[in-house]
Amino acid sequence: MALDRTQATDSGAYGTPRWVLVASLIGLVFAALGITVLIDPHGGQNLLAGLYDMLGNSSGAEALRNGQGDQFIAKLLLAVIALLVGVGGIWLLFTGASTIVERFSPKLRDRVIPWVFIAPAVLLLTIFLVYPAVGTVISSFFDPKGAFTLNNWTSLAKGEFLEILRNNVIWLVVATAGSVGLGLLVAALFDRIRRESLAKVFIFTPLAISLVGATVIWKFVYAVQPPSQPQFGLLNAIWTAFGNKPVAWATTFPINLPAEMLIMIWLQTGFAMVVLSAAIKGVSVEVLEAARLDGAGERQIFFGIIIPLIRGSIVTVTTTIAIATLKIFDVVFSVSGGLNHDNVVAVRMFQEMFQFFNDGRAAALATVLFIAVLPVMVLNLRNFRRQAAM
Amino acid sequence: MAVSAKAQIGTKSGSRFWRAPLLQSLPLRISVLVICFLWTLPTAGLLVTSFRNPQLITKTGWWEGLVNAFQPDQWTLQNYANVLSGDNMATAFLNSLIVTIPSTVIPITIAAFAAYAFAWIPFPGRGPLFIVVVALLVVPLQMALIPILKIYSGASLYGTFLGIWLAHTAFGLPLAIFLLYNFMSQLPRDLFESASIDGASAFQTFIRLVLPLSIPALGAFAIFQFLWVWNDLLVALVFLGPGKDVQVMPTALYNMIGPRGGAWHLLTAGAFLTMIVPLGVFLALQRAFVRGILAGSVK
Repeated sequence: MALDRTQATDSGAYGTPRWVLVASLIGLVFAALGITVLIDPHGGQNLLAGLYDMLGNSSGAEALRNGQGDQFIAKLLLAVIALLVGVGGIWLLFTGASTIVERFSPKLRDRVIPWVFIAPAVLLLTIFLVYPAVGTVISSFFDPKGAFTLNNWTSLAKGEFLEILRNNVIWLVVATAGSVGLGLLVAALFDRIRRESLAKVFIFTPLAISLVGATVIWKFVYAVQPPSQPQFGLLNAIWTAFGNKPVAWATTFPINLPAEMLIMIWLQTGFAMVVLSAAIKGVSVEVLEAARLDGAGERQIFFGIIIPLIRGSIVTVTTTIAIATLKIFDVVFSVSGGLNHDNVVAVRMFQEMFQFFNDGRAAALATVLFIAVLPVMVLNLRNFRRQAAM
Repeated sequence: MAVSAKAQIGTKSGSRFWRAPLLQSLPLRISVLVICFLWTLPTAGLLVTSFRNPQLITKTGWWEGLVNAFQPDQWTLQNYANVLSGDNMATAFLNSLIVTIPSTVIPITIAAFAAYAFAWIPFPGRGPLFIVVVALLVVPLQMALIPILKIYSGASLYGTFLGIWLAHTAFGLPLAIFLLYNFMSQLPRDLFESASIDGASAFQTFIRLVLPLSIPALGAFAIFQFLWVWNDLLVALVFLGPGKDVQVMPTALYNMIGPRGGAWHLLTAGAFLTMIVPLGVFLALQRAFVRGILAGSVK
């Protein structure tokens, strides 16, 4: 896998050929033009209308400008431009910048090139994560009029907010434990059958589905009809077959909490299963056989040997799912918007932003989530420092 | 992090467990079957319902539809036709592609260059900067929403594709840099020495050596990010808004739940439409998907 020698000496020490530079600069000009189309809310329509004008189809152009006509074609055109600009632009940017820097004196070049490589990443992380995170913490101490206040924080300890925080804790504990526990159970069971990979597909396919899609799937399972009518929701059909009255599973407190959490568990169990199954396969056969020779039963082997040996993976899976669960938004938002005593922090934050227009309180809620993940962040940093050789 | 990315699912487990004779292992087999059946049942219900005659959906359960599968007016494709035209699902599908593909390619590109520099090119501040990346791994994206929204409304980026690309790119970057760094730093040192002896510039080394060798890691992250962006509702709602001409599929599906809670024939068809692409990606690239999951289990 050594570098192809002939190719390397062709353009060799002198760097990338000049035409690459020229081409990428021209490309960047087009990318910039493309961005102006993308930022314009009617960019696609206007561009296609312009094209139609050039082709002499002025009635088609007129229709497009009035929001009628070939809207779908305009959208397709926009899609093509978007893909060219988005995918091509970023490569042109790196190619152009690197080719320019390669023309500097060797000493300057070596000093500048790493910054060319990391500058976009550092810039985006600063603008989109570091600066906003600091800004969010600060704005949690201000009211909508811009005056300093502690109200955003003190109000979190009252009434409905207490309920929201309680729900998040329940989610964190139950949904996380449910996913990890079921994932472990499934991984251990499936490890012993022949068609293992096929069986696993059934469990982890839900991972590919969006949480909104999963919520629709389960809302249909939970669907409820008045007692006089046939129940087409699976759960109520079974429930009423035993002579019970139909239950509105998704909207009746407190049964709606487990009903919603089941959606997340159904989705995340596959993730836990994949990681834990890989870990179980990492346990050496010799260890297991030695234990078996010593007369250990299968249950003893599982709890006494396998679980301690895969503890690291269990911790990883648990923290990953816990972080996802902490930020749960889609499920609660799509089931009812948290109207039935089932609201959670992320949904309420969204509502504070777009319904109550109270950015200060929204910021405080976001900061609550941030504080909750701080221990994981510290843990990650400590682990990294331990391994780091930098 | 504790899991090796090389671990695979579905390896033959041979002698790892004592194999019971058929009769004794029957409970195990049955319980596996039951679990798989239960896990698939909700999705199956959705899929079957989406093809049923709307009049029958609320009259009988979908399982009865299967029992009477040969009843003449049981099945229809009209639900899909209606949802594609009437609920802007076709536009939403294009929008989802416009949002998702650049939101996958841009962060991978930026992260690959950065990870390469972090792993192989010494520069002042390298260590501390990477520590920041590791710290950002778990920062909830909720922390970023309000200030970015303010920047966006000032710079008229709200509701634009460029705006959501940048947001998704930034939110995906820490994990992308971290994963690619872990992979690239394991490449053999000799490789880079011989490349520099041959006179290759840093950029050429990256393009011709690092990138091709990192394809497994790039692919794993690509699938991870693709699914994440395609399935995302929150970032799309916040930065693209509910406008019909820019809405992505999860937003469109969410908008169908609200006012038409009872229109199950449309809702089920719409839900299945949103799943086709991620399910296709998943089934086609299952192995890389699993690798991505294993490697991505820090987010």
